[in-house]
Amino acid sequence: MPLPADTDATTPKYLRDKYAIVGVGETTYTRGSGKTTRAMGTFAVRAAMLDAGLKPGDIDGMLSYSGNDSTPSPFLAGDLGIRLNFFMDVNGGGSSTEALIGIAIGIMEAGMCKCVAIFRSMNGYSQVRIGGTGARSAAPVNGDALHSRTYGWQSAGQMFAPTFMRHMYEYGTKPEQVAMVKVVHSEHASNNPKAFYKKRYTVDDVINSRMICKPLHLLDCCVETDNATCVIVTRAEHARDLKHTPALIRSVVGRCSKPRTDMHYQHGPITRVAGYYAKDILWPNAGVGPEDIDAVGAYDAFTFTSMLQLEDYGFCKKGEGGEYVSSGITRLGGKRPQNTSGGHLCEGYTHGMNMVIENVRQLRHDADDSCPIGPDGKRQHTFDYREGGCRQVRNIEVTANLGWANPMTGSAMVMRRG
Amino acid sequence: MSVRATYLDMPVSIDDLDGENLEYFRHCAAHDFHLQQCDECKLLRYPPTTACPWCACLTSTWSKVEGKGAVYSYEEVRHGIQPAFQARVPYMVLLVELDTQKAKPTEHESLRVVANLTTPDGVLAPPDMVKRVGIGTRMRMVFSDVGPGLSLPQWTIDEAAAQPEKPWRYPQE
Repeated sequence: MPLPADTDATTPKYLRDKYAIVGVGETTYTRGSGKTTRAMGTFAVRAAMLDAGLKPGDIDGMLSYSGNDSTPSPFLAGDLGIRLNFFMDVNGGGSSTEALIGIAIGIMEAGMCKCVAIFRSMNGYSQVRIGGTGARSAAPVNGDALHSRTYGWQSAGQMFAPTFMRHMYEYGTKPEQVAMVKVVHSEHASNNPKAFYKKRYTVDDVINSRMICKPLHLLDCCVETDNATCVIVTRAEHARDLKHTPALIRSVVGRCSKPRTDMHYQHGPITRVAGYYAKDILWPNAGVGPEDIDAVGAYDAFTFTSMLQLEDYGFCKKGEGGEYVSSGITRLGGKRPQNTSGGHLCEGYTHGMNMVIENVRQLRHDADDSCPIGPDGKRQHTFDYREGGCRQVRNIEVTANLGWANPMTGSAMVMRRG
Repeated sequence: MSVRATYLDMPVSIDDLDGENLEYFRHCAAHDFHLQQCDECKLLRYPPTTACPWCACLTSTWSKVEGKGAVYSYEEVRHGIQPAFQARVPYMVLLVELDTQKAKPTEHESLRVVANLTTPDGVLAPPDMVKRVGIGTRMRMVFSDVGPGLSLPQWTIDEAAAQPEKPWRYPQE
């Protein structure tokens, strides 16, 4: 007997707009939280629950990711009075956010649970440093790691640098162009009261900052912070009963990878990143393309990671990323602003979640800047993007998040205003 | 037999069940560079793996490979992360494309071997040598002896080779 058409999951648009992000929450971005990852995670999940207008009994699924530097879901659920029908704590950093949103959709589709809180909690500065210094860097070297760590090739910046350098060689990308990623994201951060770094930086600030691992200057690298972040995903029909305009999930890609992901660059071109493959899932499933996107969250662990993804997802031609990021397009007020919260480079490093949170708030037309709050409890956005001002994107309808794990692996998501 | 040693103050080890890495570094200890060659499709692969990345064949033969090639990309570390490397900056991590099996089996694939820039005797290169190397520089493989059964492949400038007039270096120089 043929199956009814609406269960044909081979149709890419099958789940388009069927699920939504209904709640977002985070702690402050600090260096020295003075709290456990359990306490911070509890705070973030609770904040997202309150944001959505949900009670503990409404949530029955929980997902988290970490590099053994966090607290597992069941602890947080128990602390908040949440009884779980499903939970899973996975290993991973960047690109996990969108991947877990996809898993949340999958487990709800399978009827295993109804409403999923996804969190990441890390003392990324005061405990397990995300930049790789501290205990991790001093660990003994065993087996496969002899092919990397014995050469002083360990941290994210060190592992990705050959890709960045080769991009400059192949395409003539200039340090001054790449620096514009930091400049623009810092402008946006200056309009975000939550951002760890609110200072606006110039191209000279970036290229004169000390070299960490050529071609990466200090200010090409993101800011390690302590924080916890959370998003809550549920069915769109449920979302209508909740507090905010839902951010409908159009399409999601999880940990899509290049051939051979062992970080030894056997498969090229090495300037090509996973977005080259992910775009063929992301855009057809979403039913939109790069030209339809109003704002982007392009994972900025480094200035370069943001730029490379923009190229391979098709926001500009391969090799023209330097020109694109320094053209003004990516600024608030430009055609397609990106990382409007300041992203990892300025707001705080979260392994991707804060850029999803930001796009959800943007799609609600309620970015939490310093614009005055009106009688309806919503901000009266001025769209004056000068320092300390507004960061709401005008009439925003569709966003993209481009999540990065490393050059070989990435995740992505398209959302639209519900 | 497992390997345990210390390199630049770092404890390094290979477990006795890690046959592929033991074999790879055993050849290196004899200052010979060997890679696995797939018994079916005959392609060489790096670093060691259990199956062939192209045809999934499980059997391979360790074959001697000439340690020569050109710098494909590089980085220069100024801020060391690992304690062992903090006092050894600047050091260079090189991605060297071997002449052997270049642009095979597809135009974008090659054997690209990671190591540091060192002197011919396998000691991390001094700053004046770091300045001479860029994309295109011809390199030859040398070894850093770590302990019994363990030497690390390294790259040094191939002084006998015809070098590019000006290898490509980072533009801010």
